[in-house]
Amino acid sequence: MTWRLRVDPIACTGHGLCAELLPETIDLDEWGYPIIGSLSDGLLPLARRAVADCPTLALLLERDRTR
Amino acid sequence: MTAGTAAPHAVRLLAGYHALGRPAKLSDHLAQYGPPPTTTGASLIQAVEEAGLTGRGGGGFPTGRKLRSVAAGRRPAVVVVNAAEGEPASAKDRALLTIAPHLVLDGAALAAGAVGAREIVICVHAEPDPGEGAEADARRGRARTLADTVRRAVADRERAHAAPVPTRVTAVPPRYVASEETSLVRWIDTGDARPSFGPRPFERGVGGRPTFVSNAETFAHIALIARYGPAWFRSCGSEEAPGTALFTVSGAVARPGVVEAPLGTPIGEVLRLAGGPSEPLQAVLAGGYGGTWLPPELLALPTTPSAFKAAGLALGPGILVALPERACGVAESARVLAWLAAETAGQCGPCVHGLPAIAADFAELASCRVSTELYRRLDRRLSVISGRGACRHPDGAVRFAASALRVFGRHLRVHARAEGCLLARWPSILPIPEEW
Repeated sequence: MTWRLRVDPIACTGHGLCAELLPETIDLDEWGYPIIGSLSDGLLPLARRAVADCPTLALLLERDRTR
Repeated sequence: MTAGTAAPHAVRLLAGYHALGRPAKLSDHLAQYGPPPTTTGASLIQAVEEAGLTGRGGGGFPTGRKLRSVAAGRRPAVVVVNAAEGEPASAKDRALLTIAPHLVLDGAALAAGAVGAREIVICVHAEPDPGEGAEADARRGRARTLADTVRRAVADRERAHAAPVPTRVTAVPPRYVASEETSLVRWIDTGDARPSFGPRPFERGVGGRPTFVSNAETFAHIALIARYGPAWFRSCGSEEAPGTALFTVSGAVARPGVVEAPLGTPIGEVLRLAGGPSEPLQAVLAGGYGGTWLPPELLALPTTPSAFKAAGLALGPGILVALPERACGVAESARVLAWLAAETAGQCGPCVHGLPAIAADFAELASCRVSTELYRRLDRRLSVISGRGACRHPDGAVRFAASALRVFGRHLRVHARAEGCLLARWPSILPIPEEW
C-alpha cells in the first residue's frame, strides 16, 4: 500500500510545522506554504505525526491510487 | 436551411439564428427542431457517450462519462447549467442563451431525465440591476439582463407544459473564480461563490446530492444528439474531438464575435470565420486568461485537445484573441495578470501570494526593468504554484504567464534595452471588466 500526503489549500495557513517534521518530503515556498513531494514508506510514522500536529488539520494522508 | 427536423451540419447551434435572423422563441424552436425526443435515461447517456461529446467549458471531460457517474449516485441528482461566463474575452454562452435558449433548456431537461434529477439550476453572471418597476424597465430598454432572458424562456416552457423538471435561474457574482464548478455548488448552497476543496460535484454537489455541472454549450449539443443521434454528431469535427464548438473571437479581426466551427478546424481558419486578421498579427491568445499565447507559426494548429497537448499546450475554452503587431504582448499580459491576481478568491496561500508576486514581476517586465535576477525569480515562482490551489485559477494564470514569456521572448529583448519599449504604455487589446 502506497500513501501520499495532500494539503487542503483552503485550510492551510502556512504554519510550516509539517516541513519541520518532514523536510525530506515537504518543502516550503517563499511564502511559507508547503510543497509536497513523494512519500517513502519509511517516513510513514513521521507523516502520520505531521498530519496529527497540523494546527489547521490541513495535511491529509491518503492512499495513492496513481502509483 | 429548411424548417422541420432536417439535421443541420457544420453550423449547428447557431443554425437556427442564421435561418431566423433573431433569437428563437419557443414556437420558433419547436418549428425548427420539434419537441425533444422522450429518450429514456440510459439510452441518452449511451448516445452521448457514442457521440464522444466533451464539455465545452474548457476542461474537455467526456460528457457521457460524467452523466453516467452522476446517474450512478444513490440520491436524486441535480443538474447545474454553467453559463456564468467568467472569462472577460468570452461571450459564447451569453450569445447561445440569448439566441437559442431552448436548445440549452432542452439539453438540461434531457440531462435531468438521464441522471434522475429533480431540479435544474441555471447559473448566469449577475449584472448591474437597474431596479424594479416601469421606470427601471424603460431605463433597461433592450438591454435586458441575461438572467431575465433565461427566466422568460423558462416561464414560456412552463406555460407550454414543456418544463418537466423544476428549473430556476440564479445570478452568480461576476467574479472570475465564481464560475468554477465547486463555486457554483457552494453559491447555490450557501451564497458564497468561492471554490471549495473536497469531493467533486458529481459525487457530492448541491445539497450533498450528485450534481451534473456542465457548460451551457454542452447542454445544447446534448439536445441535438438526442434528436439526430451520435453518428450525425460525429459527421463533423475530428475522430477524437467530434462535433462543433463555439468560439468567441476578438482583437484584431475584421468581424469580432461568436462563431461556430467543427473541432479540429485550425486556429487560423477560426479567425477567418470572424473576418480574418484586420492587420498583421504577432500572436493569438487561445483559451482565455487561463490559456496560452500562440505564435503566428501555430495558426495551423488544429483545435483539438490532442493537437494542443502534442504542442505542450491546452486547448481550453473556445476563446481566441488576435494580438496585432502594434501591441506590446508583455504589457497586455502584465495587465491581465494584475487582474487575475485581484480575482483570487483569497483562500489558498499559493494563489493569494503567488499571483500578485507574478503580476508584480510582469509589471517590472512591462515597465522595462528587466534583470537576470527578475527572470530567475519569475522562473522559480512559475514552477511552484500550479496544482496547489483548491481550483485551477492559479494553474491558469501560471500557464498564461509562462506562455507570454515564451512567445514574447524576442520582444522582451527590446524591454531589456536602455531605450525600452515604445508600445508598452497603453495595453488595450485584452479586455478587463470594468469595476462596478
